[in-house]
Amino acid sequence: MKLNNDIVFAAIKRQFPDAVLDHSEPHGMLTLETTREQIIPMLVFVKNDPELQVNFLTSLCGIHYPQNADKELGIVYHLHSFLHNFRFRIKVFFPINDPVIPTATTVWPTANWMERETYDFYGVLFTGHPNLKRILNVDDLDVFPMRKEYRLEDGTRTDKDDRFFGRDGHVGREFD
Amino acid sequence: MSIQSAPMPDGYGGEGFFATSLSKAIGLARANSIWPLPFATSCCGIEFMATMGTNYDLARFGMERLSFSPRQADLLMVMGTIAKKMGPVLKQVYTQMAEPKWVIAVGACASSGGIFDTYSVLQGIDKVIPVDVYVPGCPPRPEQIIDGVMKIQELVKNEPLRRRFSPEYQHLLDKYQIG
Repeated sequence: MKLNNDIVFAAIKRQFPDAVLDHSEPHGMLTLETTREQIIPMLVFVKNDPELQVNFLTSLCGIHYPQNADKELGIVYHLHSFLHNFRFRIKVFFPINDPVIPTATTVWPTANWMERETYDFYGVLFTGHPNLKRILNVDDLDVFPMRKEYRLEDGTRTDKDDRFFGRDGHVGREFD
Repeated sequence: MSIQSAPMPDGYGGEGFFATSLSKAIGLARANSIWPLPFATSCCGIEFMATMGTNYDLARFGMERLSFSPRQADLLMVMGTIAKKMGPVLKQVYTQMAEPKWVIAVGACASSGGIFDTYSVLQGIDKVIPVDVYVPGCPPRPEQIIDGVMKIQELVKNEPLRRRFSPEYQHLLDKYQIG
């Protein structure tokens, strides 16, 4: 049987009637939202369910919406069932002052580096992760650069003019 | 095709002899046998490959021997974007080179960070090591790289033998916390 959005949504809703907070289909791709408590059981379910067999974690990444109170930070899981060639997403949001979520390395070992990257750029703490340290940025970086409160530009630049970087009229940092 | 030999330095010559200063003789030898160490990280490195190729042929300058070990290199050619994480690596390569050594920053990124005005990119390699010649361009054409190399040759030719022992040079290294 070929999977489609309705079948997958119904199967997950049946198993987790209270944990599916929101669902939409932007560009035809099923997108669910759930909670920190239910994300790992949900991943385990879609992986092991004989009907779904979602066996592959394509990607795991962070996201920051500063305007969403108590839901500033989020994690997006991109999932793929090789057997049915079916893709969908699960999102989890949580407050920025409590950026903690259980690790998915217990379900897919490939989440190891993805979670390290998400920690590196967003400061999300994955509880139970075997080696949660920076992976791409320099070790002594003291910010999480993809969070919106940090400037994109480099503080040590001495010869850059904002007008030449598409930031005309923007009050930039004083050159020192 | 005419093969041109390196021009004679200034000196005093007569029948069967030629006298010049030791500094000039050594400068002549050094300038025409520079061993470059290519440190290529992006598109400027591609232009450098063209520079080393048959059309532009950097070997004309006595530079056909690329040194992939910093120990035997005279000229560090930094070509491309240097991420901040690469900064300590670049500095270590520079430190491993034996004196006398020269550095050429090829392209906008190596010179100033280029278009990458961002937290992860070093805003010019002169933040970590001293640079002798900057080649502008994004990326520069091989002609420009050759022009930069010839500027280096001028520096090498005219450098006083005692420069590397001078307090000014030591001060320069101290500024970068090298040596």
